[in-house]
Amino acid sequence: MLRWILGAREAQGTVEKSAALFIGEEQPKNCFTEMQVLKGHFDIVRFLVQIDDLRFASAGDDGLVLIWNVETGELLLDLRGHTQQITAMTSYAYVRGGNTHTALITASSDRTLSLWDPDTGHRVQNVSDLQSSVKCLLVLDRLDTWVSGGNELCVWNKDFELQCKTVHHSDTGISAMVELPKNFIAAAMDREIVIFKLNVSGSDIAVMAMRHLTDHQDTIRSLINVNDGLFASGSHIGELILWDSLNWTIQAYEHILWEESAGEGQSEVKLTNQKQIERSIQHMSSDGELLVAAVGSGLYVYNVALKSVVAYRRLAHDSNVLHTMLQEDGHLMSCSADGSVRMWELLDLPLPAEPASSGLFGMFGTFSRSSKQVCPPTKKLPEVSSLRSLELTGDLIGHSGAVQMFVSFKEKGLVTCSTDHLLIVWRDGELQSQLRSLALFHKLEQNQGL
Amino acid sequence: MIGSPDVVAFTKEDDFGELFSDPLSLPEEFSVPLFNHAAHANPWTKTSYAKFSKDFILISEFSEQVGPQPLLTIPSDPKVCGTFDLNYFSLRIMSVDYQASFVGHPPGSNYPKLNFVEDSKVVLGDSKEGAFAYVHHLTLYDLEARGFVRPFCMAYISADERKIMQQFQEMSSQFSKASECLKMGNRKAFANELEKKLKDLEYTRSVLHKEAELQKTNSGCYSTQAIEKANELANVEKSIYEHKDLLRQITSYPSRKRKDMDFVQCEMEKATEISAVDDTLTCNSDNAVKSVETESDNRKSTYTPQFIKAKSAKCFDKRLKTLEELCETNFFHQTLEQLNLVEKSFRGDLSFIYTSQINRALLTKQRVTSFLFEAESDWIDETSKNFKVSSNTPPIPILNLSGELMNLESYTTSVDVDHIKQSGESSEVPAESSTSDITQETSEAADTETKGSFSSEKSIETFGSVSPSNLQSNYFEGLERSKVSTTSSYEDQKVGKMSPHRTSEGSPAEVFGNGHLVPMDSACCIGQDGFIYEEPTPEIAQECCGDTVVNQEPLSLLHGDPVLQMDYILEDSTLLGSPNKGLMFSELNTSVLSEEAARINIEDVSDSTSYMSTSTSSDRAASPFTYGSVLTLRQKKKAGHNALRFIRQYPFAHQAIFCLLSGRTLVILGSDEGTVRKLVNALLIYVPNLGKYGETVQPWLSTPFQLTDLQRWKLIGLQRAFSPAGSSILHSLNRYSRYISILDCDNKTLRCPPYKGILINHMADHRTQIKRGSTYFLHVQSLLTQLTAKAFLYTFCHHIHLPMDMNDQGSVTSRRTNFLLQLGCTVEESKIVQYLSELIKTHCIQGHLKGVNKSFFSFDYTTSYLYKI
Repeated sequence: MLRWILGAREAQGTVEKSAALFIGEEQPKNCFTEMQVLKGHFDIVRFLVQIDDLRFASAGDDGLVLIWNVETGELLLDLRGHTQQITAMTSYAYVRGGNTHTALITASSDRTLSLWDPDTGHRVQNVSDLQSSVKCLLVLDRLDTWVSGGNELCVWNKDFELQCKTVHHSDTGISAMVELPKNFIAAAMDREIVIFKLNVSGSDIAVMAMRHLTDHQDTIRSLINVNDGLFASGSHIGELILWDSLNWTIQAYEHILWEESAGEGQSEVKLTNQKQIERSIQHMSSDGELLVAAVGSGLYVYNVALKSVVAYRRLAHDSNVLHTMLQEDGHLMSCSADGSVRMWELLDLPLPAEPASSGLFGMFGTFSRSSKQVCPPTKKLPEVSSLRSLELTGDLIGHSGAVQMFVSFKEKGLVTCSTDHLLIVWRDGELQSQLRSLALFHKLEQNQGL
Repeated sequence: MIGSPDVVAFTKEDDFGELFSDPLSLPEEFSVPLFNHAAHANPWTKTSYAKFSKDFILISEFSEQVGPQPLLTIPSDPKVCGTFDLNYFSLRIMSVDYQASFVGHPPGSNYPKLNFVEDSKVVLGDSKEGAFAYVHHLTLYDLEARGFVRPFCMAYISADERKIMQQFQEMSSQFSKASECLKMGNRKAFANELEKKLKDLEYTRSVLHKEAELQKTNSGCYSTQAIEKANELANVEKSIYEHKDLLRQITSYPSRKRKDMDFVQCEMEKATEISAVDDTLTCNSDNAVKSVETESDNRKSTYTPQFIKAKSAKCFDKRLKTLEELCETNFFHQTLEQLNLVEKSFRGDLSFIYTSQINRALLTKQRVTSFLFEAESDWIDETSKNFKVSSNTPPIPILNLSGELMNLESYTTSVDVDHIKQSGESSEVPAESSTSDITQETSEAADTETKGSFSSEKSIETFGSVSPSNLQSNYFEGLERSKVSTTSSYEDQKVGKMSPHRTSEGSPAEVFGNGHLVPMDSACCIGQDGFIYEEPTPEIAQECCGDTVVNQEPLSLLHGDPVLQMDYILEDSTLLGSPNKGLMFSELNTSVLSEEAARINIEDVSDSTSYMSTSTSSDRAASPFTYGSVLTLRQKKKAGHNALRFIRQYPFAHQAIFCLLSGRTLVILGSDEGTVRKLVNALLIYVPNLGKYGETVQPWLSTPFQLTDLQRWKLIGLQRAFSPAGSSILHSLNRYSRYISILDCDNKTLRCPPYKGILINHMADHRTQIKRGSTYFLHVQSLLTQLTAKAFLYTFCHHIHLPMDMNDQGSVTSRRTNFLLQLGCTVEESKIVQYLSELIKTHCIQGHLKGVNKSFFSFDYTTSYLYKI
């Protein structure tokens, strides 16, 4: 690339060397041609939460919660109170006076939980001296309560009163939770998924553990709801399990191995050394039909209904993929520790299946463990034909550290947060230009001309 | 009887005159009058028969002891006046004082009455001496003078009559400011003097009283002595009463005056006077005017009243106060400063002054786009606006030339007509006067006579339309209505209640505001240099104010946000001691004008390196531009020279320029700082929206740059270092390579997107015949102006930007593209125009907010190529 700059010196950019794929500078499908850098944090920014169409909150290791306007990039509020890093943040919609308000719940390592009003910046509620710091938060809208997960699971009502809690589980604590039908909650604790039941009787709520699902061989890294009937969990060693939401049985089991092809020669050694890290399922997202898993530095798209692989990229990024998102019509986005956000498109492979891809599929270590009870693989379509390719359509380079997560505001843009303490809003330059034109004419109208 | 040809002529004019006007031609007020070749073969020979080498300002006094006498000239260099007889000329100009400045005991009044007379403004000519003068008469009060008044006049003397005539209004306003300053100081001094005198009188009264008592007790009867004493006492009593009345009059001056003056500026000054005078006299405890107060307090406390003898000395025995004593020293010096500026601003040939005025007037009409490539013109107004809002201090009077120029023509014509009517015997009528033939009678008779003079006051009588108020209202037409109204409403409020920030009230600096003064070197008009560095841009207008201040204050301090700066000074000024006052306020002015302050050094045309020695804005020979300092036009022209070298040297100059124009950040990478800075300096002139301090350019950066830097800077000089830091710099270059173009000046390579258009080929033809940097700069400017015009059109054409319906993004895009094609833009040029358009839009939308002028950063995904020499 820029080796000419370096003159005789060797290009030391590891980015270049190990680049899995490089799209180049010509990216006609990439509409993000405008960026705005938002400065405000002093440490790694880990969480982004959308408040409404216009606002979002960011939080991270500096304990600050900042509220921004996505259109202008203006810092609206600065919520200070936590003394240590924020460990979890979620938005919490509640009804007051007929209007729905959105509040923010934050949890921090200083063992406090706070409720913030993003309109005023007030810390409405605060709970301190918890027994352990909270790692995840889950709002149960139906019950108008919310659940915090740390070493124990606590259920809170809207007034920040502790309703009930479980006994101390383990020191690893709850890393992720999803809400299941019929007031059940699935919580990931190390290698187990524990199903809790919330018993609601009048205003009292009791919680009890119903079942421990111990099918994962390693630590569970991500846990998401796929649709009404399914939830999914992914583990550190690449196990992806689809569960039935009602009876908590395994619907599908994939073990993603990312095996090396024989032809890759020397690099195999290096990559097999890293295998453990590379297979970890860091993040999953789903639109109910497709499920995207960030597996190591690769991406894996799985069709939930067909229980088959749709597409995959073993080396989608140069480093671990940290967050993914499925968009409409087969577009997806991923961000990674390599500092980039990449945009992908699911494309049908040309009909004559390329030998390369079929070969790749062969080495792809996917196997369905015949499910114990339910759902024998009914529609077993020839997998080759269902396989699509994941084409890179563009990448966003801006952050100098790992991109922790992103939130999309549709046409208003995409917000990314990163280890480099920055947030970046990416916008569609053409659209912004048109909006500015409109704003200009509006202003001219107001001012009666120039 | 009207002959038929006349009738035809009239009908033609009435019916078709307007129809035939060429829409493309400049409005009449902007057209430069052609030089009359028939009358004078050489335009520069005009001054030759005058006895002085260049224009100067003369201050004269009509002394009650010695009659008219010259006091001082500006410039004070005696060479300027040469053999010109100042005494004689003083006599001439002082003898035409039309002021009816009657002071004394008016009939029907028992007490002396002060007359607050308007200054009179007169144009005088002396064809024998070859001198023409704008003469500004004013009266100052002096308790010891006859009738309490001392007539003075300030005259601008020039050999060029047209200059006086055409610039009459501008001169009038500038001299009015100076006069206002003098008078303000004089009123204060006069009030002080009165107070002292009152004290003396009271003391005298008490002494006399005691003596009378003593005599009464001693003799017990009324001796003649006692009667004398009683008379004396009565006289003193009367005198006290009179003086008190005078004091009351001088104190109540503004309220009396307000009624008959209606123009804004005057009100402004009055408002300041009110407070100033009030405060001095009534000792209002207001911290803002503390300095003034303490001054007078001190004087009061230290002043020991003296006994006044019944018969005071005859006026011829005593020494008259000097002008400096008449006005307070601060005010006096401030006035001199102002007059110096006036002198500077009217230097040079009329055509040059006129052209630069037109230029400025035109530029002020282009505020929407002028920020792109022109040096920003409106920020002065803007800061003064901010100034008003933020610190509640009296607004600086803003003189907008556009309005003035509009009625300049009409004014001068009426002046001419007046001239002719007034002086029946006048012979030589100005050549440009169209009506001259009609009234001309005898040509020889008036040879030695005053060639024709008229007073503005008389003309007011004759022509209602030329009255000061009318002039003024026309004058301000160029200003936005809103501004005028805010100013005046502000004044009302100001007068109504005293605001806490009254720091600068009563300060001499105040009076001057920042009118557009155009100091220039007359040499540049002669054209011996072939090129004029003092390009007529609005900035030059302000050069003056920094004149002395530059040396007093490190410029770096002034570079901050002007508003902040002012606040800072304002806060400071609450504790200022009296001697520093003037200085502080001149700084206050300068902080507004810090841009010009830097430019002041650059006035000298001939010596291209002169500014380096004095300049605060440059310390390096390689690059006159350093980050954070004010970017001057002069520097830009120097940059033109470098740019010329650049385009000759580098075949890929087109691509580099294209990058800059299309908003792609250009990084100039090199290990030698001098080379890099030079290149940055060369490319400076192509950077749109450069900012007044060149904020969008970073000439030398030795740390790895970050994403936010790309947002801020469009042209970066980057150090190539072979060290860990260097590698991280390269890493960042590598990482952001898609957003930047890199010009490696060590290897002479450029990596950037391709450019295939022709526009930049015109702009940067390496075979160009242009030799001079400044010429090249203007060449580039003209092309950039064309681009700007396109961008303006593109931005403000409604139909191409408004969507037909909600989901219409695509059609808008295609309409835009088509429009650009119609404008004759190639793909690349479209990019430039679009970028400029975006800049215009954000500039318009965000207004003049500082700091956030461009918070986002746009780019596009295109392939870059590597170009080599």
